[in-house]
Amino acid sequence: MADTVQFDLVSPERRLASAQVTAVQIPGADGDMTAMAGHAPTITTLRPGVLSAEGPDGTTDYVVTGGFAEISAEGISVLAERAIPKADMTKADHDAMVKEAEEALANAKEAFANEPGPVDDAAKLLADMVAVGDHISV
Amino acid sequence: MPSLKDLKNRIESVKSTRKITKAMQMVAAAKLRRAQEAAEQSRPYTERFNAVMANLAASVGGSDSAPKLLSGTGSDKVQLLIVMTSERGLCGGFNSNIAKLAKTHAAKLQAEGKEVKILTVGKKGRDQLKRDFGSLSVGHVDLTEVKRVGYADAQGIAKDVLARFDGGEFDVATIFYAKFVNVVSQIPTAQQIIPAKFEAAEGDEASTLFDYEPDEEAILADLLPRGVATQIFSALLENGASEQGARMSAMDNATRNAGEMIDKLTIEFNRSRQAVITNELIEIISGAEAL
Repeated sequence: MADTVQFDLVSPERRLASAQVTAVQIPGADGDMTAMAGHAPTITTLRPGVLSAEGPDGTTDYVVTGGFAEISAEGISVLAERAIPKADMTKADHDAMVKEAEEALANAKEAFANEPGPVDDAAKLLADMVAVGDHISV
Repeated sequence: MPSLKDLKNRIESVKSTRKITKAMQMVAAAKLRRAQEAAEQSRPYTERFNAVMANLAASVGGSDSAPKLLSGTGSDKVQLLIVMTSERGLCGGFNSNIAKLAKTHAAKLQAEGKEVKILTVGKKGRDQLKRDFGSLSVGHVDLTEVKRVGYADAQGIAKDVLARFDGGEFDVATIFYAKFVNVVSQIPTAQQIIPAKFEAAEGDEASTLFDYEPDEEAILADLLPRGVATQIFSALLENGASEQGARMSAMDNATRNAGEMIDKLTIEFNRSRQAVITNELIEIISGAEAL
């Protein structure tokens, strides 16, 4: 059996998971990465996406938005601003998230009319949010 | 001397007051348990978050390019006080203690010639600060409709605060809330959130060299605003637990006082009843003797 590593997924409101896993696929800001035991210590920010933790008893998927992941010798901790088990995710939740991102984009467009940076960021956030919808079967 | 009927009414009314305070105490106890659980649940997140931030801040902090949220604006002229209190009263000295701390702090800053702005969260704090510092208020966050404080509420407050910071409205922000120690003791606390301060991590932990993706500064810029929200959130949770704890002990006291009052009134009632009976007997006996 492959080596396992301690994996914690916490959101500000609760601890969603704490288990031994073989691999965790993390939606990093610069692209997805898979962390396994013995991964180089890394800190990365998250983009909205699906995080899947592969454990000895199967794979669990979570939808996460924003936050960061810390991979160290002790284990992998993911601190997500919002995290929902994929199975519990409903269409309404997703719609609300997309709507929020759309509003953020509209606000950014208004507030930073002459600066493309924040507007692009907001647009990317929205695109990521919409992409999450393709992953969840709702 | 109140009549027997008056006394009886009085006892009845104190009894119903006792019922109410007893019920409030029990409700507060149940809510306290929930609030404590919520605070417990958020702790792992806050702890890890602060550890990582301290690490990052230590490595980036010194450079000139450090974000303003970390290094400050270079002045401390304008101070924003975020005063967090409850929406409801009847919880002992809870709100007054926080308001008092904020007032002394504000007065001290003013004496130093600094400009003070106040943002209140929770109705009770606003009411108490209105008289002395009403003109300094820059806003109020109403959480009356919120049954259970969620992270989204903290985010809303953080967003408002950050927008003001970006707009250059203040240099330093401090939050005031009550730290929950136990049911009888809640400590009003002032905590600076902008520019951010992090407790330095323990020596050996900082020695791990992390790869950062994207680079450290981008991560820090992304995480600092979240840090503000996280701190506000944990303060809100602490406050929630403190409020219920304070209410519980206040209501416990009230229930006990009502009980004492009932005992006292009952003795008085019995004495007057006895006096009335004795009086009647004397009248009858002296009437019979006269015959």
